[in-house]
Amino acid sequence: MAQGWLQLAVFVAILIALTRPLGAYMAHVFRNERVFLTPVIAPIERITYRILRVNPNDQQNWKVYARNLIAFSLFSWLALYLILRTQGIQPFNPAGFHSGPWDVSFNTASSFVTNTNWQYYGGETTLSYFAQMAGLTVQNFVTPAVGICAFLALTRGILSRSGEGLGNFWQDLIRSLYYVLLPLSIVVALILVSQGVLQTLGGAASATTLEGANQTLALGPVASQIAIKQLGTNGGGFFNVNSAMPFENPTAFSNFVEVLSIILIPAALAYTYGRMVGRTRQGWAIFATMLVVWVALVAAIYPAEQHGTPAEHKAGSPTTALVGSTGGNLEGKEQRNGIAQTALWASTTTVTSNGSVNGAMESLTGLGGAVPMSGLGMSEVIFGGVGTGMYSMLLFVIIAVFIGGLMVGRTPEYLGKKIQAREIKLASLGALFTPLAVLVTTAAAIGTKYGSPSLFVKSGPQGFSETLYAYMSQANNNGSAFAGYTGFVQPDAPGNAHSYGITFADIVGGLTMITARFIPILFVLAIAGSLANKKVAPAGPGTMRTDNPTFVFLLIGVIILVGALTFFPALLLGPIVQSLTTRLF
Amino acid sequence: MRRDLLTSVIAVVFCTVVFGLAYPLAMTGIAQVLFPGNSDGSKITENGQVVGSKLIAQDFRRVVPTHARKGPKFERIPDPRYFQPRPSQSNYSASVTFFSNLGPNQKDTRAEVKSNLNGYLKLEGRYDPGLTAADVPVDAITQSASGVDPQISKANAEIQAHRIASVRHLPLSQVQSLIDDNTDGRFLGLFGEPGVNVLELNLALDKEAPAQ
Repeated sequence: MAQGWLQLAVFVAILIALTRPLGAYMAHVFRNERVFLTPVIAPIERITYRILRVNPNDQQNWKVYARNLIAFSLFSWLALYLILRTQGIQPFNPAGFHSGPWDVSFNTASSFVTNTNWQYYGGETTLSYFAQMAGLTVQNFVTPAVGICAFLALTRGILSRSGEGLGNFWQDLIRSLYYVLLPLSIVVALILVSQGVLQTLGGAASATTLEGANQTLALGPVASQIAIKQLGTNGGGFFNVNSAMPFENPTAFSNFVEVLSIILIPAALAYTYGRMVGRTRQGWAIFATMLVVWVALVAAIYPAEQHGTPAEHKAGSPTTALVGSTGGNLEGKEQRNGIAQTALWASTTTVTSNGSVNGAMESLTGLGGAVPMSGLGMSEVIFGGVGTGMYSMLLFVIIAVFIGGLMVGRTPEYLGKKIQAREIKLASLGALFTPLAVLVTTAAAIGTKYGSPSLFVKSGPQGFSETLYAYMSQANNNGSAFAGYTGFVQPDAPGNAHSYGITFADIVGGLTMITARFIPILFVLAIAGSLANKKVAPAGPGTMRTDNPTFVFLLIGVIILVGALTFFPALLLGPIVQSLTTRLF
Repeated sequence: MRRDLLTSVIAVVFCTVVFGLAYPLAMTGIAQVLFPGNSDGSKITENGQVVGSKLIAQDFRRVVPTHARKGPKFERIPDPRYFQPRPSQSNYSASVTFFSNLGPNQKDTRAEVKSNLNGYLKLEGRYDPGLTAADVPVDAITQSASGVDPQISKANAEIQAHRIASVRHLPLSQVQSLIDDNTDGRFLGLFGEPGVNVLELNLALDKEAPAQ
């Protein structure tokens, strides 16, 4: 196990080392300053604004900013839904796949427009290359950019000295895409291809195996999509088994690059925030909060998976490490990733809102499965989604400042802005909406007959865990799954012939994803607008500091309290029961 | 308001063209030039025929009749001449992938692991008489995530080496050196786990001592 712990420790160290350079770069980009890519990109950027007919210098107030953000997302949804429903008449479809059922397409469109990338669809068995590229890949790019926009608007609201605007949505969108997401994606995609990730428009290949049988290899333009899938905390796989598929993630090196890509931008944005508000210690305090919780989760899941499962032990396998074998729970894990890298990925992909997997979540041990669910239960503020993680975390910061202010009996303020009833109401609603959506939808799926067709394991704690995980994941815009749970039945795979959706799961899931993405964004923008109009009070001796270990401790406490109090009873029925018993069901 | 809507529509179309067509097509072009083999699936060709991909496991079992009155007429049994990959829930399908989704406390999981363990002991025990359940590495008895995991652990390969050496009439040391040649290490010697590529190993075996 020492070797495993070393892998994890070095990974954390590398992430910390990269946070500052990338964070500083993004701060320059978002303040419209010159960076090393400016000479190449600036001309293209200017042409883009002309095509979009926008003046990037137009400052927008929160309502205009919100209106543009929602309109852009709405049309994105329509475009994606149309692409999915007219797949049969589109180009780049060598396998000749038909269009998907309406309810599954509704779920998939909602899933990708909200940066969730929940997979009720089967990538290689139902989607054409055109749908993967022009549909899914596009949303993989623009949704993290939209997340960054909401974060920037909130940051500018906090910064504003005298009611200036919150920036320009289109400028923030285009600069996030051109200066951050696209260049990084190109680099990562090329690294991935060098390792063996596919990048072709050719149809499936056929091979004659050594035993003389025929083997069909599904191919496609994979690397270009996987790069942004990871960097943009998206997570929707080109293949059904996501990054467990060797064609998506073939080597130990590709695995390292992909898992780093998951968490890199969300981590760096914490530093970007510190730079933008002019106090890097504020950024580091938020980064430290995220780091502590994430490291604790990694430290919980790795030994749990190394221990193995009751089912393996009762089958007669001691699951101990041998010379030349990791031991542990290797069901649903790949040899090259082993226990440590699968554990690292499972916890990283769920604290961020990525949701891609390199192993089967449903086959994790009881405690191992509780870790990703805890990541989801904390509302994706531990690094979280690109942009989304930071603005959601700032909601918790506001709540923590308020609680801290009450404790010491002072008027709460954050970075010189008074936090008053309106901000607290909006922040609380924003922070509570997601957990509420999870509990209501899970209860509806468990308590009625409509939820049961989706289950893979029909009874016992595993069936409950599947359901809870499905709605936690969709409401938090994560996208990872206990993948036995389904909203799509595909009897004649590959292809959509005779396939149909499970309407309840598709529609409830889709609506959950949409509301849980856009309602908190609206609350965040409203807070930004409200803060922008407040005067800045100079910090005095009575000001509660928000950049020291005490505040980090308080913030962690608030996050865990909200998450734990909301979900502990539900977790008790699923993964906690499973980790406490050696009984089989 | 109308202007915002118009801009939104243009932006969606524009982003589709740039990120949905220009970017993936440009990456395809670049990848095909820089890494032609990799981007097309790392196929292995023998005598002009594609025999598989080095990244994708294939089935090294033979289909034989069961002669049973009831139940399935055919079953798949491991081909003793070849190293066996990890068990697969999808019969090594590289065109329809799915997880086994076997949970930690499921009776089904116990049954699956137990049957894999017994099969492994039966197959390898003949050639490696001291073999017990405690010696069997976990990768040999659990299903991989993708169903097409191209690798097995070193410990797994070394147990199977006894069978291969005996069936192919090779010295054990020669089989072991072939295993070493086809083992991929960790990234930077640190990240991930070492693994033995089963297809490449079996191809190397066929070259060294053609299967009869």
